[in-house]
Amino acid sequence: MNLFEDLFSNPAITKALPEAIGETLLMVGISGVFTVLIGLPLGIFLYTSAPGGLRPLPVTNRIVSDIVVNITRSIPFAILMISLIPLARIITGTSIGALAATVSLTIGTVPFFARLVETALRDISSGKIDAALVMGSTRMQIVRKVLVPEALPGLVAALTTTMVTLVGYSAMAGLTGGGGLGQLAYNYGYQRFNTTVMIVTIVLIVILVQAIQWIGDAVARRVDHRTAATAGSKKSRRHEPATVVGV
Amino acid sequence: MLAAADQDPVPNQPRIHVITVSDLRKVYRQGNREIVALDGVSLEVPKGSIHGIVGHSGAGKSTLVRCLTLLDSPTSGSVSINGAELSAARDADLRSARRRIGMIFQHANLMDSRTTAQNVAHPLEIVNTSKDAISTKVNELLKLVGLEGFENAYPSQLSGGQRQRVGIARALASDPDVLLCDEPTSALDPKTTEEILVLIKDLTKRLQLTVLIITHEMHVVKRVCDSVSLLAAGRIVEHGPLREVAANLGSELSRTLLPLPSAEPLGTGVVLEILFSGDTASEPVLTAAARRFNLDLNVLAGSVETLAGTQFGHLRIQLPAGTDAGPVVEYLHSQGVSVRTAGKDAA
Repeated sequence: MNLFEDLFSNPAITKALPEAIGETLLMVGISGVFTVLIGLPLGIFLYTSAPGGLRPLPVTNRIVSDIVVNITRSIPFAILMISLIPLARIITGTSIGALAATVSLTIGTVPFFARLVETALRDISSGKIDAALVMGSTRMQIVRKVLVPEALPGLVAALTTTMVTLVGYSAMAGLTGGGGLGQLAYNYGYQRFNTTVMIVTIVLIVILVQAIQWIGDAVARRVDHRTAATAGSKKSRRHEPATVVGV
Repeated sequence: MLAAADQDPVPNQPRIHVITVSDLRKVYRQGNREIVALDGVSLEVPKGSIHGIVGHSGAGKSTLVRCLTLLDSPTSGSVSINGAELSAARDADLRSARRRIGMIFQHANLMDSRTTAQNVAHPLEIVNTSKDAISTKVNELLKLVGLEGFENAYPSQLSGGQRQRVGIARALASDPDVLLCDEPTSALDPKTTEEILVLIKDLTKRLQLTVLIITHEMHVVKRVCDSVSLLAAGRIVEHGPLREVAANLGSELSRTLLPLPSAEPLGTGVVLEILFSGDTASEPVLTAAARRFNLDLNVLAGSVETLAGTQFGHLRIQLPAGTDAGPVVEYLHSQGVSVRTAGKDAA
């Protein structure tokens, strides 16, 4: 079969593909927003409640850190996804489709992002926090005016890595009826041996990941004022999208 | 131990102490061991003066700075600034008390994400100062520290000295009574150090600040301090006005303020260390002694310096072999010169 002809005649590509792209973007977009909304405060909490932090809460920190973050990260996403189907049904009213998949995607990536946020915050020199404390800043003012702005290049890099991971997870979500490019590749490429569909989805996923990485790096450079001439390029904070393959 | 309060430099004149530290102790626990970082530090700094705290690394300087601003809470003792007790304050009270202190750091600790103007505005933003008031104040402060035209530069685009100037402007934004300087020039080259010290001294006068400088650099003390304390093993072991501590021959501070190059004595004659100060420094006491006792004095080392407006001469001399040092020492004493035989204190 001619690959080129197939590209434009195969209904899996002409009809199902645009829809799948839309579903993937929807899943990644919604989960991304919720991951930031939940993961950023969680990461800040992990950092500030650590022993020697702004507001040390050793016991709570240990519990949140060990149980929630590590256990969630220890469970392979494929298993987590299946186990969260009942929760998805409670929240979204359905267990299949892109919207239902965002529940497990969000829960799967929040701990990952929170850890990256915590690491980015640890890069801030303690002297800056001391300076802000001596000014008479409240803890909230330190979070808003020191921690987040000073760690912004690192936070953008963390978000980039998380979004790339989300693309990978969303492909996996397709296997359990989440829709999107993953499901397209599985249904047509794997079950029907349709190589064209398989190749097209792979190319699209690679392009999507590259676009996220490229935009993320560009934004990180823009918000980085730490070095005068080579803003942001001094330390390569880019995390390789190794996680895209998934668990 | 002695505290600065026990020896008021000017007993007849009532002085207002802006910084009062009494019996400050800080004990860290490391496993089963207790580490005493501060062992009863007391200190008073009168309004408008610059006090230096010197000490080797590990003496407790950093701990003292952190305890003064309550970044670390002291184990016991108290810190008060202008009568307001910091060590007892909590949260909101502590925050408003901290606003009475401006602090500058060795590495300036500016926010990299903020421009010069935004960094200086930072302490004003946190108390919700209006935009107009902030902009007026920031311009005024940048002018004061000589950074006009650098409003929109990020810290990474500034030199070390310029960054420290931004740090000083930021420290002064809340109109503090006290300027606390933690190794302010230790990361700077000699020329920039001099510029920053001149600026600190000038600002102290103009803004009626009370300044505490923690440093390991003796030239900072020589250059700007009115009084000095020596911190060793968590205690203040020597302290007083610069002039007095320098005149105290044989003390550690005197030795480091007026250092002598080491020189091996020649032969077996007695070696004397002599310290002239003030008027005696300009009188030829030594020549007079040589003539009186008919001695050939051998000068091994010497330095002459002006500290806090007083001239000091520090000499190491050797008497000819076989000379009885007793009458010579006595004579020099009678002329108002401090003398000690090398090794033990003869003064």
